[in-house]
Amino acid sequence: MPPNAPSRPGGQPTTRPQTALTAIRALVFVLSLLPFLHLLRGALTDGLGANPLEYLTQQTGTWTFNFLLLTLTITPLRQMSGVHWLIRLRRMLGLFCFFYAVLHFAAWVWFEHFFLLEAMARDILKRPFITVGFVAFALLVPLAATSSQYAQRRLGGRRWQTLHRSIYLIGILACVHYFWLVKITAIVYPLTYAILLAVLLGWRARDRIARYHGPPHQRMMGK
Amino acid sequence: MPPPLAFPRITPSEITPPAVFAARRAFIRSTGALILAGGLGSAGTVAFATPTPRERLAVSRRSPLSTSEATTPYRDVTRYNNFYEFGPDKDSPAKHAHRLRTRPWSLRIEGEVRRPQTISIEDLLAWAPLEERIYRLRCVEGWSMVIPWIGFPLAELIRRADITGNAKYVEFHSLADPEQMPHVRTPLLDWPYVEGLRLDEAMHPLTLLAVGLYGEVLPNQNGAPVRLVVPWKYGFKSAKSIVRVRFVERQPKTAWVKAAPEEYGFYSNVNPAVDHPRWSQAQERRIGEFRKRPTLPFNGYAEQVAQLYAGMDLRRNF
Repeated sequence: MPPNAPSRPGGQPTTRPQTALTAIRALVFVLSLLPFLHLLRGALTDGLGANPLEYLTQQTGTWTFNFLLLTLTITPLRQMSGVHWLIRLRRMLGLFCFFYAVLHFAAWVWFEHFFLLEAMARDILKRPFITVGFVAFALLVPLAATSSQYAQRRLGGRRWQTLHRSIYLIGILACVHYFWLVKITAIVYPLTYAILLAVLLGWRARDRIARYHGPPHQRMMGK
Repeated sequence: MPPPLAFPRITPSEITPPAVFAARRAFIRSTGALILAGGLGSAGTVAFATPTPRERLAVSRRSPLSTSEATTPYRDVTRYNNFYEFGPDKDSPAKHAHRLRTRPWSLRIEGEVRRPQTISIEDLLAWAPLEERIYRLRCVEGWSMVIPWIGFPLAELIRRADITGNAKYVEFHSLADPEQMPHVRTPLLDWPYVEGLRLDEAMHPLTLLAVGLYGEVLPNQNGAPVRLVVPWKYGFKSAKSIVRVRFVERQPKTAWVKAAPEEYGFYSNVNPAVDHPRWSQAQERRIGEFRKRPTLPFNGYAEQVAQLYAGMDLRRNF
């Protein structure tokens, strides 16, 4: 969504008082940091179970995926509820997705390979689930890098939006990554994420079809 | 191989791990509370909060087959388990295995035997002197532990089973009771959990029928009351909570081979040179250690077991 998008033609003003929004954003920021603080405390107090390195790797991966889904939930939620200021939370959620992805990637670099470039390269080339995870992470980098309003303006709304639609692909890659790494006995976890992602992407597909066929005032620019 | 026992040696298992000590204290405290509460006529809620009393096992000897490596703390051995009958996560067994009733328990010995028999766990425990075996355990997932098991060689059971000449393999069936094991209702594996060994593997002196660890009766989450321990194979070969031992002529169809034959083989010997299709087996993370360590062929037991596989292509028979 471009930063200067006009409000819906004929709709009511959708802005909230700036102070309330600032408070909400501060709250979301703190909430988003809680998983990280929980892991940090666990790491410092030996509270991460019998295999703390595995736990850290898994949890950072899970939270990356959680924030990816939350980011993708904003647009449907906003359109269905008409609560348009929700869009003002999206960038932060997306950046938290990247934040946890960086931690997840760092856990792999450090705990799995102890910074050995050769071992990492071999892993990426040889293990399909690592290949897919690495590609997903690499695709997140330009999105994080162009998240600022300055970058949005530089790119222009349409190009920026096209670039950021790669999050759909990243979500699918994340699903494949997850399915590929678990045993059959844990299949319920990736399956749950896949269903949630399918709902979020399905909603967009349906919305897109509806916009092409529906009355013009519904043709909103949405992601 | 540890040196001969020239002087009294204190094995790690003789030293009470702090967690065990703490748990015993907690047990004593809660038992006290239980007695008090019982006096007041409201024991019910306290009783459920009481941990299962932990029974010591008399061990008559230590084994020269034990490793002298540092053992994994009791707490980690009993809270980080794969026992899918109780759930998909590492902590599921510790959370849910209290539902398992290990007494009464009987073991059915059948198949290619002259006289099939059903024996109680009490009788089984009297079949051979219990000994301590400190073994490395390597999971197919890439982590490892060192565990002081209590048990006796499976060969003792086979000797008493009176098998026929047709017995070429042994099947082990775990309990599959949905009342006690909630995840037996989900069809992720073909329950009951079945594992198997070739007869010579089963007869090997390293192959243990375990009934305890750390000098105590086996905790439920570790496969109580009786489980298999085959230290040179990936952990999933060591079936837990065994109710049936069947001698057969053909290679058994085991649970993981049925679930994913391209990922898990019948032999599943620990082998750093043969990767799992989705990850490397060259290294392992010993629980409690930060850096990974190299995985050894046959989990470090090559000297004892490699001859069992002489002439076999271990890449094909993974």
